[in-house]
Order: sequence, then C-alpha cells, then structure tokens
Amino acid sequence: MQFMLLFSRQGKLRLQKWYVPLSDKEKKKITRELVQTVLARKPKMCSFLEWRDLKIVYKRYASLYFCCAIEDQDNELITLEIIHRYVELLDKYFGSVCELDIIFNFEKAYFILDEFLLGGEVQETSKKNVLKAIEQADLLQE
Amino acid sequence: MALKMVKGSIDRMFDKNLQDLVRGIRNHKEDEAKYISQCIDEIKQELKQDNIAVKANAVCKLTYLQMLGYDISWAAFNIIEVMSASKFTFKRIGYLAASQCFHEGTDVIMLTTNQIRKDLSSPNQYDTGVALTGLSCFVTPDLARDLANDIMTLMSHTKPYIRKKAVLIMYKVFLKYPESLRPAFPRLKEKLEDPDPGVQSAAVNVICELARRNPKNYLSLAPLFFKLMTSSTNNWVLIKIIKLFGALTPLEPRLGKKLIEPLTNLIHSTSAMSLLYECVNTVIPILKSPVLARNNTVFLYVEKLYFVFFPPTVKYLGLLAMSKILKTHPKSVQSHKDLILQCLDDKDESIRLRALDLLYGMVSKKNLMEIVKKLMIHVDKAEGTTYRDELLTKIIDICSQSNYQYITNFEWYISILVELTRLEGTRHGHLIAAQMLDVAIRVKAIRKFAVSQMAMLLDNAHLIASNTQRNGICEVLYAAAWICGEFSDHLEESNQTLEAMLRPKVTTLPGHIQAVYVQNMVKLYASILQQKEQAGEKEAAQEITQLMIDRLPQFVQSADLEVQERASCILQLIKYIQKLQIKEVPVAEEVIALFAGELNPVAPKAQKKVPVPEGLDLDAWINEPPSDSESEDEKPRTIFHDEEQRHSRHRQPEIDEEELARRREVRKQEQANNPFYIKSSPSPQKQYQDTPGVEHIPVVQIDLSVPLKVPGMPMSDQYVKLEEERRHKQKLEKDKKKKKQKKEKKGKHRRHNSLHTESDEDIAPAQHVDIITEEMPENALPSDEDDKDPNDPYKALDIDLDKPLADSEKLPVQRHRNAENLKSPDTEAPLVGKKSKKPKKKEKKHKEKEREKEKKKEREKKVTEEGKKVVCVLSATYDIQGNLQNDSQVTVSVIFENKSTSFLKSMELNVLDSLNAKMLRPEGSSVHDGIPVPFQLPPGISNEAQFVFTLQSIVMAQKLKGTLSFIVKNDNGSTHEKLDFKLHFSCASYLITTPCYSDAFAKLLESGDLHMSSIKVDGISISFQHLLAKICFYHHFSVVERVDSCASMYSRSIQGHHVCLLVKKGENSVSVDGKCNDSTLLSNLLDEMKETLSKC
Repeated sequence: MQFMLLFSRQGKLRLQKWYVPLSDKEKKKITRELVQTVLARKPKMCSFLEWRDLKIVYKRYASLYFCCAIEDQDNELITLEIIHRYVELLDKYFGSVCELDIIFNFEKAYFILDEFLLGGEVQETSKKNVLKAIEQADLLQE
Repeated sequence: MALKMVKGSIDRMFDKNLQDLVRGIRNHKEDEAKYISQCIDEIKQELKQDNIAVKANAVCKLTYLQMLGYDISWAAFNIIEVMSASKFTFKRIGYLAASQCFHEGTDVIMLTTNQIRKDLSSPNQYDTGVALTGLSCFVTPDLARDLANDIMTLMSHTKPYIRKKAVLIMYKVFLKYPESLRPAFPRLKEKLEDPDPGVQSAAVNVICELARRNPKNYLSLAPLFFKLMTSSTNNWVLIKIIKLFGALTPLEPRLGKKLIEPLTNLIHSTSAMSLLYECVNTVIPILKSPVLARNNTVFLYVEKLYFVFFPPTVKYLGLLAMSKILKTHPKSVQSHKDLILQCLDDKDESIRLRALDLLYGMVSKKNLMEIVKKLMIHVDKAEGTTYRDELLTKIIDICSQSNYQYITNFEWYISILVELTRLEGTRHGHLIAAQMLDVAIRVKAIRKFAVSQMAMLLDNAHLIASNTQRNGICEVLYAAAWICGEFSDHLEESNQTLEAMLRPKVTTLPGHIQAVYVQNMVKLYASILQQKEQAGEKEAAQEITQLMIDRLPQFVQSADLEVQERASCILQLIKYIQKLQIKEVPVAEEVIALFAGELNPVAPKAQKKVPVPEGLDLDAWINEPPSDSESEDEKPRTIFHDEEQRHSRHRQPEIDEEELARRREVRKQEQANNPFYIKSSPSPQKQYQDTPGVEHIPVVQIDLSVPLKVPGMPMSDQYVKLEEERRHKQKLEKDKKKKKQKKEKKGKHRRHNSLHTESDEDIAPAQHVDIITEEMPENALPSDEDDKDPNDPYKALDIDLDKPLADSEKLPVQRHRNAENLKSPDTEAPLVGKKSKKPKKKEKKHKEKEREKEKKKEREKKVTEEGKKVVCVLSATYDIQGNLQNDSQVTVSVIFENKSTSFLKSMELNVLDSLNAKMLRPEGSSVHDGIPVPFQLPPGISNEAQFVFTLQSIVMAQKLKGTLSFIVKNDNGSTHEKLDFKLHFSCASYLITTPCYSDAFAKLLESGDLHMSSIKVDGISISFQHLLAKICFYHHFSVVERVDSCASMYSRSIQGHHVCLLVKKGENSVSVDGKCNDSTLLSNLLDEMKETLSKC
C-alpha cells in the first residue's frame, strides 16, 4: 500500500498516512486530486478506480471516506478488508466511532493504524493483539 | 463563576491543548486562516520553553495543522527534541510528528540516527516499537545503512511484538540499502518458521514482496512456502503466499501442476472473496501450460465464478480477471462480448477503459468489423474529449495490432480512418495520419483506393481545417497530401486534386503541412505533365504549368521558412520548365525522374540493428581531440594517418565504462558545436529500394465486387454488409467443396467434417493483401534486448541469494557496540542451502591455516585482522559446488583478496592431480601447467575466479595439494611468491540440494534398492531446528518432512545417487539413519556428518 487517506464528505482531510516518501507539495496535490475524484463518484459505483499508475480502493463509512492507494498487482479485495478491519479497530477502541472521535483524538487514530499496518503492510492480523498493544501503550502513557 | 472563566482563559492562553485547537478551528469557520496563524505563533512561543510537556503538546498541535495542509517543516528540530524525550507519552508524539512530516529531503534527519538506535535498544518494548513504526515512514538510505544491523538484531528479539515490526521494516531497509539483503536474508528466512504467527506472517509478507519483484531468486523457497500454504489457515497470509506462487509459477511449470489441486480446493471451500480472487488470479495463468490444458473443469468453474464479480461495486475486478483469462483462453471470453460492450456505457471511466482493453484482446478477423462499428457509435456518443480520444486511439490500436493481422478489408479500414477525421477537437490527428501513411505505404493493393479517398479529403479540406479549434485533425491533411503526391499515378482526377491543393485557403494551415503540400503538388504536377505529354495535349500541359506559376507565389510569401524555401525553389524550376515547354521540348520524363523510385517501409529498430562491421570501434577516437592551437586545415591528414594505424589495432576491451561514458559526452558536445556534423542520419530506405523480394510479391487485383469509388464521404458501414455477403458466399463455396470431398471420401473423415465451424482461418481476406514487411538491414543483429527502466527501485534488489556471503558483505556495525549479539550461532544460519562455504586461509610465509568448515564468520574476521599484523598478503576463500550439467564435474570458486599495499599480478594456480580428481585445463596444456587467474589484484581488492575439476568417483572425499604462485609488485620492486594449499573435497560437496516432496520420498524408500547405515552422536545441546539447519547448510540436504523431534531429509549427488536421512533427536543425542544407492558414499557422508554434529 502506498498511502491511506481519510476524508469527510465535505472534502476535509481527517487522517493521512504515507508509506512512500513524498514531498509535502506532492502529497497535497495528490490529496486534492483524489478527494475531488472520489467525492464526485456516485454511491453505486465501483469501489476501485485506476488513477495514474496506481489503483485506488475506497469505501465510505457514514460521513467518512477511507481511501487507499495500491499497486497494480495488489489485491483490491484484501485492501477493502484492511479498510474494514481498521474501521472495526477504531470502533472497538472508541466504542462506536464517529467522525468527531477521529478529529479530536487524531493521534490515537494514528497509533491504532500504526499497530495494524507498518510500512504499508499488514502487521498484525489479529484484532485482539492490536487492541492489546494499544491498551498497554496507553497505560504506559498515563 | 467569573473566576472560573478567567482561569479558563488563562489556561487556554498558556496551554492550549489539541482539543482546544480543534474546537477553536471549528468555531472560527470564517477566519480559519487568521486563527491558525495566530495559533502557530502561540506554538512557536511554546516551543521556546524548556518544559518538554509543553513542547510535546505544541508538536502534537503542529501535527494536526500539518494534516490541514500547513507547512511545519520549520519545526523539524523541535520534533527531534520531542522524539528524544525519555517519557513514552512524549516520545510517541514526537515519532508520530516525524513520521508525518519527515521525508528524504529533511536535512535534520541524520541527527536522528543515534536517538533511533538508542530507542531501538530500549528495554521498553513500546519505545522500540514506536521507533520502528516511525522509522518505517521516513527511512533514508543513510539511516538504512546505519541501522540495518540494529534492526537485524531485533529480528531475533525475545518479544514477538518487536520481532514482527523488525521483520516488516526490513523490507523498507532493503529498498533503501540493497546491500543489506544478502546478509539479512538467512535470518529473514528463519522467521518464516517463527513460533509466533504474527512474526511468521510478517516474514511471509516481506519475502512475498521481495519475490514478486525478482521471483527467480526465490524459487528455492517454493517447497517451504508450499508447506506453509497447506498448513496455514490465516487468510491474510494465504493471500500473500498465493500471490508469491503467482510470481514463481511462470518460472517453474512443475510448481503450477503441484499447485492446481490445493488452489482448486481453496476456491471451492473459502468464503472470503479476496482469497477466492487471489486463487483464481493465480490459477488462470497456470492453466495455460499445455500439460494442464485438458483440465478444463477447473477452468469452467473459474469462469462461472466471475459472475460473482459482476455486481456494480466489484465489476471492475470482473473485467480485470476477464482480461487475464483472455490471455490464455480467448474463446471463452469472446462469448461475453455483449456484456463487455455494455460496460462501455458505464459511468465509471475505469470500467470503460478496462472494457476497451478487453475488446482489444478479443478481436478476431471475424468480429473486428462488428466491434469497431460499435466503438464508432460510442465515439459519436461519448462525452468529454479525453474518453473520446481514448476510444479513438483504441480503435486504431485494435485495428493495427500485430501488423494489421485482423483486418481482412483495408478499404474498410481506410474508410474508418476517414470517418474518424470528422471527430471534433481530437488531439490525435497525427495518429490517424500515421495510420493512413502506414497503410498506404505497406498495403500496395490499397493504394488506388487510398489515393481516391485522400483526394476527397483534400477536396473537403475546408471542412477539416475550417475550425481553428479542430486543428489537431488537420494533421491528416499532411498524410492526404503526401499520399496523393507519392502515388499520383493512381489518381483519376489529378487536375482537380492539384487545384484543391493550390487553393488560397491552404496558406492558413500549419507550416509543416503546407511544406508537404508544396512538395507533393510538384509530384502531382509531374505526373499530370507526363500524362498530357503522352496524350500529345501540349496546350493542356502548358496550362497546368501556368496554373502552378500563378498560384505558387502565395507560398513563396509564407512566413514559414520551410514552405518559403521549397516554394521558391519549385517556382524557379517550373518557370524553367515553362521556358522549355515554349520551345516545345518534351520535359515530362526529366521532371518525373526527380521523384523516381519507391519508398519502402523501414522497421523502427533497423538503424539500431545494423551490425558493427568487424574491426570498427565506434567508441574509439577517429582523431585525437584537437588541441587549442591546432588549425582546422591540418585535420584531414591526421584522420588518414590515424586510420591506418587502427587497421592493425584490435578493439580495446580494457577501456572501462566510465571512460567510455566520458568520451561519449565529450564527443556529443563536439558534434553539437560542429556545424558540419550531420545530426541523426536519414533513414537508409532509398538504399534498399532494389532489394529483391519486394518487387516480386504478386499483387493480386482488387475484388471487383467492392465499388472502388464511394460517392461523397465514405461510409464504413457498407463494408460490413458487403463483407458479410462475401463471407457468406465464400462459405457456401467452401461447403460445396466440402460436400464434394465428403462424397469422395465417404466415412473416412466424417467426424472431422461434421465438426466444421467457421473459424478464423476460414475467412479469406477480400483483397489479397501483401503487407510489406518492414525493411531490416542485412544480417541484422537478432538480439532484442528490451529496454528496462533503469530507475526501477526494485531492480537493485535483484540479488542472487544463493551465493554464500562474502566478507565484504557484512552489515556495517557500530564499533563500540559491535559483536556480542552477532556472535549468537543463528547469525550464520544456513543460506539458501545450495552451496556450502569452507573458508580457508593461505598466508605468506607458507604458514597454512587449515580451517574447519564450522568456523563462524566472526571468528574468521578476527583471524583476518590478526593476519594483517603478520603482513598477510593474500587471502583466499573457496567453496565447492556440484555442476548440475555435468555429473562428473565440480566447480571451485575461489575469492582472492589482496590484503597488502602492493600490487599482485601473474597469479597462477596449479594442482597436483590425483587419479580420481583432475583439474580441467585448457586443451593442449600438460598436467604440470597451472591455470592463470584471469585478473590482477590492486591493493585491497578482491575478486573471484572459478576452476573446474573432473572427478571419476564421488563416493569418497578427496584432498588435492596445490600451489599458487604470484608476483608481488611494490615500490621496492617485485618479488615472486608461492603459496601451498590443500583443497578438501568433502563428500557433501558432491551433493546438490534438491527439494523432494514427501510422496516421492516415500516411494523412494519403498523401492528397496538402497543401502542403509546409521550413526549416533551424543552430547548435543543445540535445538533441533538449529541442528537441521546445520545439516541443510553444511551437507546440502533439504528437509522433506518434520514431525516434532524427528525429520526426514533428502539430497542428491551430482551423479544421481539418492540420499535419504531420518534424523531423530533424543534427550542429549541425535541419531541419523541414512539410505543411499551407494554404501561407501553413505558411510563417508555419515562420517562427515558425525564430525559436524559432534562439534555442536
């Protein structure tokens, strides 16, 4: 996976994670372009689209769009599952997560993502283990 | 109450936390930018304070602002400060900020190296974890090089939490620092069998990613992954493994055969769509191999599955998978043509483009016209120029693919092209033009028709060129003008066309098109002139000349230099012709001679493929670069002088790449500055016009059932109908013939005939089209090296992992913290197992240190250092490997390293042959001659040389004595030195690691023609896993099956002996039972093994 973006229906970026080193300018350009493209799509359209030489996999949960960029050979369906798994994790952690949770605790959202994915690859496939790691790290923080 | 408010505002003023910031931004919707700039000012204040908590808070807020698109790179140093906080709370925030905003261009990043190293070795696993996570986002080549060793150590950390992170991050490290791959790979491979499933899946992930880019280096891991695949139940891991197999199967067809069954089972049993999708994607390419072509049941099943993928949200995948099936089973996809054509109407552009791709692969002679007709309808309907342009290019691609293979009627194609010119606002005018030119040049039979169509285009040029916005399309006029000019003898209404080309409107066209007009109107003029003269119509000939003289001046006044120049040149020519005409001299023959000869198409690579004549060195100087004082007129002499010398001289292979590149650069510059240098030579087409063959291709007359001239603008549709009729007629005729045959050969071939359907081959083209193949120079080089992208980041990882590690390949280790971790025995875990390494040293002073195989790398390094003190000059390590091609040869690779400060040269290796083992010497040399080492060694350099030995019998170990002589050259002169050494060929070195599946293994054991023997070794303390690894590594075995503390292993000798082992581990002992075709070999092998094991 090359990067993951979360943005609202209004086009506001809520979370971004880049697994490829890019300059800020490039990141901004990509984000703007993708948010526009994805928001312009109708609800019944396919969750996959080709964009530059990458494939974009996105899914909408309530008012948030989760959007990942993968390479040509990657499995689109597993990417959808990754998105879903991440939503589940957020849900478990915050207790029925909503957009505001992510806005106000954006660093937590990042920490959860970092326990789940590393360098764009799935790091831990067990939900339980991810949450356990986060809980323990949080304990340490207090 | 009031107090509380005041207190709150004071709090907020001094310490606004993230929540407050977010809330503030939400409350200042109107003046967000202003509010944020205010906040940034506050943050700058906070960063100046000493309190780390305040700083961390500020950095946290900055991270949020960064997401909103504000630049926070100015705070990079503060982020590092927070990263180095001792409290985890702050450290976590620091690393998060760093991972969000650091990139390779961040200059402070190198300051982090030590901090990260410290965090990596922190006793708190979460400190380490957070450092690894952060590093994965901003690792640079420098960081990768400096930290590779630390991360590699973490791969064997006690906590699985750290292990899995370390394993995953290694992939990023490999990408940034490819040299680390080989040293780290053995441990990575080990992690495939880690007890923790998380670590295991991380290792699978990394190896899969690596293998996908360079599959051939990972073939040897296939049996291991196969085992993992059959045992794993984790879908995430399974998908990765199956993807890996997808990359390996093209290289190893046997693997595909093996995979079909488990994959089919998975397809049937799994409920996870993603896994299903992956399995199907991997199965499809396997099915194409001829062995499995019969396995159609799987395939039919697969095809059905695709309807699972046709709901709108995943339709894209369905199409994608279809395109994969298409490559192997085109017929089955063709039946879904309508479904795919429907997708062209989809709102989603990705889907439309995929569908177009599919159509591209689906066309055949039979359905081309139909598909293109449908596409033409879409072209008319399509909204948005991008998609329409895409359609246009696809139509052209579809028709022109594989040398116009599917076009049966070129008249139809030309009319399609002409229809396409009516497209508004397309950018691809030049593409259509190129096609017109290509077809007209290469398909001789079509020229007449093409010319008539092009004449019509020229006549209607005002339609095409009228709108300035449509100027993309006026490129076709370029083609039209050229075709009409070049093939003007086919033109029926030449006068009319000439007039069309001379219209004043033409001057509004782009310059390069006008230039072509001017040039081609002369060709046209020449042919008219000839006609008229032959017909004896002198007046008409003079009229046409007058017309030219009247109209050409409008081009002479053109602002475009090219047009101007050509026009004035031609005007003068025609004025001269007029003079001759007045004198009643026949001129047509001479004018036509100006354009004699025919153009042949030249292959695009022709120039590149012209072989370099022998003795010609393109990179050598023709004459030495001129010194400043040298005057120009002296040069020619030097050229001749130099050339004479060159004849006797051979190519110099010694010139290294760098030097060549430099010279090339210099030469290029010189050429650029030299006004007399002709840049990029013109295509050599004229040269080849007499090539035999082209002229003799019989050109068959055009089928007259097709009207030659279509009134008005052509309509491609009518061709579709005509074509259908024609095919029908053909079919009827054929059927008739068949029936006749049937009567003649009653019964014999009944089955064959009754099965007859209209297949592609049955359709004869309408015109006999000779597509003139493109010219290639004689004796062109056959090599077709595809130009690989040199910038591919994964190319650097194309590293042979089977080769043993060389000393120079060790990861850089920080001096003061060095060693201890590395000394653990796992460090030297088996490489992939094919070759073993038996380091041995030779030192000056004839002190030979015979070294044992099991020496750890660390130790070897120490000795090397000691050796330096004893003025060691040369060190050599060797390894022996069996030759797969030849059953009685082994190759000994020796790495020589010059450890002195002198230059070593004239190295020569000689061995005293024994009865059984002989060194392979070049023919004609006696057994006492040594073999020269093909290189010299400057100080500090190492290089590898290979020597081949032939062996009669391989059942026993061998020792060969030998000497290495060399000359040491330094400032004090040169001395002749000699080294004695022994080469030890152990029985294990005749074995080749060969994977064996358990069923084959069982059969082998049952066969009963194997001898048996066994050994037992006591006092073994190492783990069983480790023990097996040792046997694999040093004795070239592979594990067939392992159950608890018992394992079966297999290997094969270069002469085809099977060796099977059963290894059992007791409390403190190990017993090895062996079976082999040869009892001597077996007992020798077991003895060697005993020696290895007793050292454990």
